[in-house]
Amino acid sequence: MKGKLLPAFFAAGLTLLLGASVLGVQLQSQGIDTVVMVHGPLTWLGLFAAAVVVFAYQLIKGRVQRVREKARQGSRFRLPAFLENPAQRRLMIALAIGALLLFPFLAERSAIDIATLTLIYVMLGLGLNVVVGLAGLLDLGYVGFYAVGAYTYALLNSYFGFSFWEALPIAGGMTALFGYLLGFPVLRLRGDYLAIVTLGFGEIIRILLNNLTEITGGPNGIARIPEPSLFNLQFARRADEGYTSFHEFFGIAYDPTHKVMYLYILSLLFALAVAYIIYRLMRMPIGRAWEALREDDIACRSLGLNPTAVKLSAFTIGASFAGIAGSIFAARQGFISPLSFTFIESAIVLAIVVLGGMGSQLGVILAAIAMTLLPEIAREFNEYRMLLFGLIMVLMMVWRPQGLLPLKRPQMELKRG
Amino acid sequence: MEASLYFLQQVINGLTIGSTYALIAIGYTMVYGIIGMINFAHGEIYMISTYVVFIVIAGLSMLGIDSTAFLIVAALLVAIVVASAHAFAVERVAYRPVRGSKRLIALISAIGMSIFLQNYILLAQGSRDKAIPSLLPGGWQFGGDGFAVNLSYMQVIIFVVTLVSMTVLALFISRSRLGRACRACSQDRGMANLLGINTDLVISMTFVIGAALAAVAGLLLGMYYGVVNPYIGFLAGLKAFTAAVLGGIGSIPGAVLGGLILGVAEALTGAYLSTEYNDVVSFGLLILILLFRPWGILGKPEVEKI
Repeated sequence: MKGKLLPAFFAAGLTLLLGASVLGVQLQSQGIDTVVMVHGPLTWLGLFAAAVVVFAYQLIKGRVQRVREKARQGSRFRLPAFLENPAQRRLMIALAIGALLLFPFLAERSAIDIATLTLIYVMLGLGLNVVVGLAGLLDLGYVGFYAVGAYTYALLNSYFGFSFWEALPIAGGMTALFGYLLGFPVLRLRGDYLAIVTLGFGEIIRILLNNLTEITGGPNGIARIPEPSLFNLQFARRADEGYTSFHEFFGIAYDPTHKVMYLYILSLLFALAVAYIIYRLMRMPIGRAWEALREDDIACRSLGLNPTAVKLSAFTIGASFAGIAGSIFAARQGFISPLSFTFIESAIVLAIVVLGGMGSQLGVILAAIAMTLLPEIAREFNEYRMLLFGLIMVLMMVWRPQGLLPLKRPQMELKRG
Repeated sequence: MEASLYFLQQVINGLTIGSTYALIAIGYTMVYGIIGMINFAHGEIYMISTYVVFIVIAGLSMLGIDSTAFLIVAALLVAIVVASAHAFAVERVAYRPVRGSKRLIALISAIGMSIFLQNYILLAQGSRDKAIPSLLPGGWQFGGDGFAVNLSYMQVIIFVVTLVSMTVLALFISRSRLGRACRACSQDRGMANLLGINTDLVISMTFVIGAALAAVAGLLLGMYYGVVNPYIGFLAGLKAFTAAVLGGIGSIPGAVLGGLILGVAEALTGAYLSTEYNDVVSFGLLILILLFRPWGILGKPEVEKI
C-alpha cells in the first residue's frame, strides 16, 4: 500500500494540474482585451472530485485488473448462433435487404434522406476498411478521394453536361488514378509515412478546390448538380427537352419524395454492390494477400508477393469506392463546396472502421449506421461528437483493437514466450 | 536592389517561422527515434501551451503586473510545466498500453488522441480567436530608398531562443546521463532495458522534452502572431512533421535544418506566388523528399534487418 501512495498522489496531482490549466480557467474576449475568467466553485469541486477518483483508482488498480482478467477468461462476445450457420445467415441477409428495400415506402421523407446519407457513410466505411482494415495501411486523407469523386461528377456535369451515369465510371476511374499516383511513391516506404502523406493529400485537395476559383467556384462550391435519372426518366417536375419525366411516364402525380426514394434505393444498391465486391475480393488471392501482408510483411515477400503492388491495389480500390460514394453524395446534395470535405470527414470514417472492427464488414456497416444516426437522434450530442470519436479511437485501440465485431476466422497461432 | 532586399525580407521571415517549426519538429523526431511512432498529438501539445501562455499573460496583466520580462518568464515556465504534464499523461494513457502492438494500432491511437485534444480545448476554451497585445513591439529597419527590410525584436528573440534551446538540447543529449540513456534506447530499446536503463522513464522523458520545446515554440509563436485558436496545432504539427522528415527523421540537427528550409520555402511561396499555396508547397516538398530521398537530408538510410 505504501509503495502505491506516492504514484497515486502523483497521478492525482497531475489530474488536477491538467484540469485546472484547461477546464478551470477560460480566456475570454472583452472588447479589445482578452481576460481570464476563473470558473466557479462547482467546476473546481468537479476537478477535485476527479483527482480523488484518480487517486482511489491508482490504489486499487491492481485488484481491478485482476478482476477484469478473470472476467475476460470467462466470457467472450460471440455472434448469435443462427448467424454462424451459412444457410441461415444467407436467409437473414436476404430478409435484411428486403426490409431495407421496403423502408422508403413506409418512412417519412426526412428519414429516407438521412438513411441515404448513412448508406453513403457505409460505402465510405467499407472502402476505407479495405485500406485500413484489410491491408493495414493508415489512410488519413480518405476524404480527398471522396472530394475528387464528388467534384468529378459536378465539374463534368456543369462543363460538359455529363449525366450521373456517364460521369460515375469516370469518377471511379479518376479517384483510382489519384490513389495510384499518390500511393505509388509512398507505399514503398514504411507505413507511417503513408498516414502523414495522405493527411497532406486530403488538405491539398481541399485547398486546391478552395482556391482554383475559376474552375471549381472556390468556397462558393458548385450548385445545381442534377440527380441521377432512371433509364432516362428524370425526376424533376418538368423534364428537359427530349426527356420524359418519371411521373409522366407512369402517369402518377408529381411528388418530390420520388426523387429521395430513388436516391435511397440507388445508394442501397451501390452499398450492397460495394459490400459484395469486397466480400468476393477478400476470398480471392488478392484479398488474401492484403491480409497476409498486414500480418507479416517479410513472410509475404519470401513467398514471392510484391508488397508494393499488393498495397497499391488495396489503396487504389479503396480510393475508387470513395469516388463512387462522392458522386452519389454530390447527386444527393445537389450542391458541393470544399466545406464538405474537411479532415473531420476522414476522421469520422476512420472512427467507423475502428469501431466496427478492422476487416469486419458487418461491424463496419453497423458502426456506420450508429455513427450517423446518433447525432441525428441526440442533437445535443453533436457538440461532443468529435471529442467522443477521438476518445473512441484511443479507447478501442487500448482495450479492443480488433473492434466490437471482429472478423473471425479459424486460426492457429504460435504462442510465444 | 529593391528586389534583393525584398528577397532578404522574405528569407528573414522564413527563418523566423522555420526556427519555430524546428522547435516543434524536435518532439516528433525524438519520439520517432526512440519508439518509432508518429506522435500525432504533438501539434496539439503546442496548441495547448500557446493557450497556457495566453492565460498566464492575460491573467498576470489583470493583476496589474506589467514587467514584460517577468510576464514572459512566468508564461514560459508555466507553459513548460503544463505542456510536459499533458505530454506525459498522453503517453501514459494512449501510447504506453499499445506500445507492444502493431504500428497501425499505435498510429490510430495517436490520431484519436490528437482529435480528442483539439476538441477538448475547443469545448473548454471556445472556437473563437483569442488575441493578446504585442509585448515587444518595434524593431530595426535598414536598407534602401524603395524598400526597407524590417527586423522586429520578436524575430531576433525567436532566433536567439531557438539557438539557445537547441544548444542546451544538444549538450543534454550528448553529455548528460539521461541523454546517453536516450541515445541507447533509440539504438536498441530491448538491449538498453537489459543493461538496467529504465526505458519507460526514458520514453516518458522524451515526451516531456519534446513538449517543453513545443511550449517554447508556443510562447514564441504566440507572441509573434498574437492570436490563438484550437486549430493551430493541427497544421503546425503537420508542418513540423514535414520538417522532421525533410531533415531526416530521428536526427536532431536534421529537424533544425528541415524546419529552416521549410520556413524559407513557405515564405518565398507566399511572397512570389500566393500565401494560399503555402501548405500545398510544403506537402509537395514532403512528397518529393519521400520519393527521392526518404531518409531525409541528414538521415541515414534505414537498413532493414530480418
